[in-house]
Amino acid sequence: MGIKIIKAGMLTTIQDLGRYGLQRYGMAVSGAMDSYALLLGNSILGNADNEAAIECTVLGPIIYFEQTQLITVTGANLSPKVDGQSLPMWKPVLIEAGSLLSFGRPNSGCRAYICFQGGLDIPKLLGSRSTYSKGQVGGWKGRPLQEGDRIAFRHCYKGKDSLFRWSMDPSLYPDLSTNVIRVMDGPQLPCFESAAQKSFFSDVFTISNNSDRMGYRLTSKRLRLTEQKELLSTAVTFGSIQVPPDGNAIVLMADHPTTGGYPVIAQVATIDLPLLAQKGPNNRISFERISLDEAHDLLKKQHTQFKKLKRAIALKYEKTAYHRFEL
Amino acid sequence: MGSSHEQSLSIALPNPIRYFPMGDQALVLSFGDTISEMVNVRVRQVATHIDNWSQPGVIEYVPAYTTITIYYDPLKITYQELLSVLQMIVQDIPEDTEYIGKKKEIPVYYNGADLAYVAQYNGLTEEEVIRLHSTPEYRVYMIGFVPGFPYLGGMDSRIATPRKEVPRLKIEAGAVGIAGEQTGVYPIETPGGWQIIGHTPLQLFDLSKESPSLLEMGDCVRFVPITYDEFVLLKTESYGH
Repeated sequence: MGIKIIKAGMLTTIQDLGRYGLQRYGMAVSGAMDSYALLLGNSILGNADNEAAIECTVLGPIIYFEQTQLITVTGANLSPKVDGQSLPMWKPVLIEAGSLLSFGRPNSGCRAYICFQGGLDIPKLLGSRSTYSKGQVGGWKGRPLQEGDRIAFRHCYKGKDSLFRWSMDPSLYPDLSTNVIRVMDGPQLPCFESAAQKSFFSDVFTISNNSDRMGYRLTSKRLRLTEQKELLSTAVTFGSIQVPPDGNAIVLMADHPTTGGYPVIAQVATIDLPLLAQKGPNNRISFERISLDEAHDLLKKQHTQFKKLKRAIALKYEKTAYHRFEL
Repeated sequence: MGSSHEQSLSIALPNPIRYFPMGDQALVLSFGDTISEMVNVRVRQVATHIDNWSQPGVIEYVPAYTTITIYYDPLKITYQELLSVLQMIVQDIPEDTEYIGKKKEIPVYYNGADLAYVAQYNGLTEEEVIRLHSTPEYRVYMIGFVPGFPYLGGMDSRIATPRKEVPRLKIEAGAVGIAGEQTGVYPIETPGGWQIIGHTPLQLFDLSKESPSLLEMGDCVRFVPITYDEFVLLKTESYGH
């Protein structure tokens, strides 16, 4: 077998990079809220980019390892521990059979990712292993993990190394203390009063308690339209910032509906979705306006860094393999 | 469920198309700003062409009432490149295709929490709201929001009611609602801002079925009022327990 869930934690789900191609039937994409933390985690283990991991939210689970496995924990620092000892993040760590992985106080961010080398033995549904809980689709039985769930590994760890002396340069991951989220103008930005447009780009917004994987509700001054009108529903996506008639913005997140009818005042730049995903209830954020070209340039720069990182990690594994061969 | 007569109609010239970005991974084609059979047929036509199109960097597309949103990977194709390819394709799509839709019936027990509000807002009785809602034949203009949710065109404007100011945190599966001039059915439990007027016992999205969505873009739908007893009976049948 693989792992057994001893305690579920606040919201613990299986996520990969998402379920694409079915949004036209209303099927949510889902996937990791912080897809960059998942990508980096998979890279650290030499996994495929899209390998599914366990997404933990604020209060992490307690997991019993029935078998030895190489894992890494990335994303938020939710104080991971193995048998009570603090577990370093952003590096491969070997968890021995019989060990307990647990979490403590959330130190920074909201969502941590537990990645397993070779992945978990979970069937793909409609092309993905991501959990879409509201639709009871995918992941582990279409729902968050519960006490008693037992999930097998797809591969057992065959390496001889038990200690890895390297870890990822943490500067490759966004600084989670940043509260500024970069956005582009939304298609309906001009429909808002000029005062609303101004305050959107200058005010501080608080993420409300009614926030989840589907969307973050923000509280602020009321954002008013120049004239109240009903819009026709159209596609919306991760990071679309909608404003319902009560004037409080909602940012759509990974489990977002595929379409919506409220005016979209802005769209979060893809580069900052991971940062936003690490924010939670009562966190305060503000929005900085950037252009489409700037957003694309930021993504390209990040992708170049990411490719470099993957090459460097591949080299690390080749080296350890070489040493093993020598011995 | 329901009979499956077919209905066809021909279409006329489309509106000029607008192209604009929605964030850094989506390009929107807009065929107009009002619900119309003609515009929606054009959306379906262009969508069919995109279906048969394999452009590297294009992830997927989502057709709606008057728009098609195309999701792309900006590391593989630039906005400008995608825009010019699309403009060329759309130009070449013939406009004289006819469209065929299936007829389907949806039984509804009209007991929604907002039925009284919809009646009061429009100066009608609840019975009149039910009659006006169950009379027309609706067109499925799009599927979206959540799995299998049909957006229907053709609602009588006498029962049009704005969305709720604050969306409800929980609307149960099968709820039938009104939002502005639109009506639709919630296939799964979800938050939502529509005014709820009734419930259908049918399961609109069923993963165990080969085609999980009961309705498809282009279908012709009629709502049939049923009693509470019929509702319970049909719900037992369609959910299989």
